[in-house]
Amino acid sequence: MQQEHSDTAHFEDAAVQFIPVAPDRLVLKFSGNWVAGGDLPDADEALQDLVRTKPAPRIAFVTEGLGAWDSGFLVFLARIVDLCNGSGTPVDLSGLPEGVRKLLDLASPDKQRTGVTREKSSPGFLVRVADATLDLFHGFQEMLAFIGDATLSFFKLLRGKAEFRRSDLSQALQETGAQALPIVSLISLLVGMILAFVAAIQLKLFGVQIYVADVVGIGVVRVMGAIMTGIIMAGRTGAAFAAQLGMMQVNEEIDALESLGIPPMDFLVLPRMLALMLMMPMLCIYSDLMGILGGMIVGVGMLDLGVAEYYYQTLKAVKLTYFWIGLFHSFVFGILVALAGCLRGLQCERNAAAVGFAATSAVVTGIVSIVVATAVITLLCQVLGI
Amino acid sequence: MSAPKPDSGNEREIVIEVRNLEISYGSFVLMRDLNFQIRRGDIFIIMGGSGCGKSTLMKQMIGLKRPAGGKVLYGDVSFWDVEPSRQEQLKRRFGILFQSGALWSSMTLAENVALPLEQYTDLTPAQIRELVSFKLALVGLGGFEDFYPSELSGGMKKRAGLARAMALDPDFLFFDEPSAGLDPISARLLDDLIIELSESLDTTVVVVTHDLASIFAIGTHSIFLDPEEKTMTAAGNPKQILAESGNEKVVRFLTRGEGRKPE
Ligand SMILES: Nc1ncnc2c1ncn2[C@@H]1O[C@H](COP(=O)(O)OP(=O)(O)OP(=O)(O)O)[C@@H](O)[C@H]1O
Ligand SMILES: [Mg+2]
Repeated sequence: MQQEHSDTAHFEDAAVQFIPVAPDRLVLKFSGNWVAGGDLPDADEALQDLVRTKPAPRIAFVTEGLGAWDSGFLVFLARIVDLCNGSGTPVDLSGLPEGVRKLLDLASPDKQRTGVTREKSSPGFLVRVADATLDLFHGFQEMLAFIGDATLSFFKLLRGKAEFRRSDLSQALQETGAQALPIVSLISLLVGMILAFVAAIQLKLFGVQIYVADVVGIGVVRVMGAIMTGIIMAGRTGAAFAAQLGMMQVNEEIDALESLGIPPMDFLVLPRMLALMLMMPMLCIYSDLMGILGGMIVGVGMLDLGVAEYYYQTLKAVKLTYFWIGLFHSFVFGILVALAGCLRGLQCERNAAAVGFAATSAVVTGIVSIVVATAVITLLCQVLGI
Repeated sequence: MSAPKPDSGNEREIVIEVRNLEISYGSFVLMRDLNFQIRRGDIFIIMGGSGCGKSTLMKQMIGLKRPAGGKVLYGDVSFWDVEPSRQEQLKRRFGILFQSGALWSSMTLAENVALPLEQYTDLTPAQIRELVSFKLALVGLGGFEDFYPSELSGGMKKRAGLARAMALDPDFLFFDEPSAGLDPISARLLDDLIIELSESLDTTVVVVTHDLASIFAIGTHSIFLDPEEKTMTAAGNPKQILAESGNEKVVRFLTRGEGRKPE
């Protein structure tokens, strides 16, 4: 929007002079380059001068000495015009360059749509607490409704009435299965090693290093394997589900499904949930093996245990029940991670920032529900005595 | 075929009726007291400035967003007052083109158009494939069957969305800004296609648009939504509105802000 007035192209600092040409007439003389970001006179100070002059004179502008100008100049003028209009002072814009006048006119308040400005409200503390509580309650309600819908959908599937595309399922299986192996290997191996390290330091004091195999075996198989895969999948797959469905929400793809009478719950949520229900236990078994391998590396490398010795000690320590408990954990986590991802994705609003938020909150919801579920299952096992 | 039929359909039956509809988001009311009727075979235009609630009105008519108040009647069935299974039945008669195209991004164009057919018909895969190719060719996308939406331009997505909307030969077609993003020639072809559909298949078409050329080329009836009055301020054939309406805002809208030329 920058304009050069070639005949008066001064390259001096922006300045404005107030010249009273008559008792009731004030001329503002602009000179120099009025460019935003340059060294412009402070609008507030200039305005102060104007306000102090009483009775308010008629105002005119002279711009012979004006060099380049852009929005910086316009903003300055707009404030002066606003002030004058507010105090009923007549302003004569005719001395301004034509471009400036046109732009000022476009931005003038009476050209804006009325009634759109949101009033800023700052509710009191109690109101905010009440709102937050209600929101929380609402969120909880939505979550329950979603779980209910998903369950119904699942039964519909069992009765052969829910439909989705095979290719969606195989895509989800691939994403949640084979592609997750490298990271599951790495984390499980390391967790196994860390467990062994920590246990070794204590057990060495009593000269019973061999029990490292028990600690690692039971710990990993009974809960750690399932929890590690659960958390990895919450970060990896839960977030991906939320982002996929969120993006579909933004693109109106979900509306398009609903308008055809295809429930998104059947078509989008079911294949993802099924995939995780199937793949999580598999990943969990794999993670168990990797964790035990990690323990063995430490046991054999650091504690001078034999490979066979470690192996048989592990077999002796890990009961089949522990293995089933671990699998049960991971099955539940699979459902939870899938539900958290899909719920947050479908709740997504229609903009790009909301997709990011959906992914984040899917991970948070996933991890929190994994921890809560672990606590509940552990308590149940305690009560049942297994 | 380019001239729309004159405002003659008064004897035809009313297929959609909107009564006292109110559009709002939360406590913010966008529109109220919307009342209009759409007759079989009409090409009904919903016009109005950007952000006045046209897309939202359309979503309420097609059953995606429950209105804050009022009724949408199809024949004598009030969409929002009947049980879900009845709503589903009605929805099967709609074909919808969304403002952003809304193609399913994980499916190819052919799969996109085929899904409604698979969902609601007993056609064999071979028949479906044939129909899909035909519909895609209708909108100038023959040969793009195996492309994914992300591999298309904005205008091509629009056209593919149109092919999907027409897949089931619906009784009602709803278009949200069909010509936005199309070049003038494609836009004109689309207009011709819409007229053709409404004449040959007796489809009732509801179009949200602010493309003046289309409004005059295809519209048999229209309403104008005024965000300041928060209601519709004109209704009727667009040409008649332009010639006769006393509402200055509508006339300015229909003349790109120039006002009616003195005769
Ligand atoms: N989810 C939402 N929450 C709150 N307000 C919304 C929401 N969606 C839309 N709006 C508001 O509703 C108004 C109407 O939106 P709508 O999409 O119906 O407009 P439109 O007439 O279709 O505009 P355009 O011609 O630009 O597509 C907008 O002003 C917008 O601010
Ligand atoms: Mg819109």
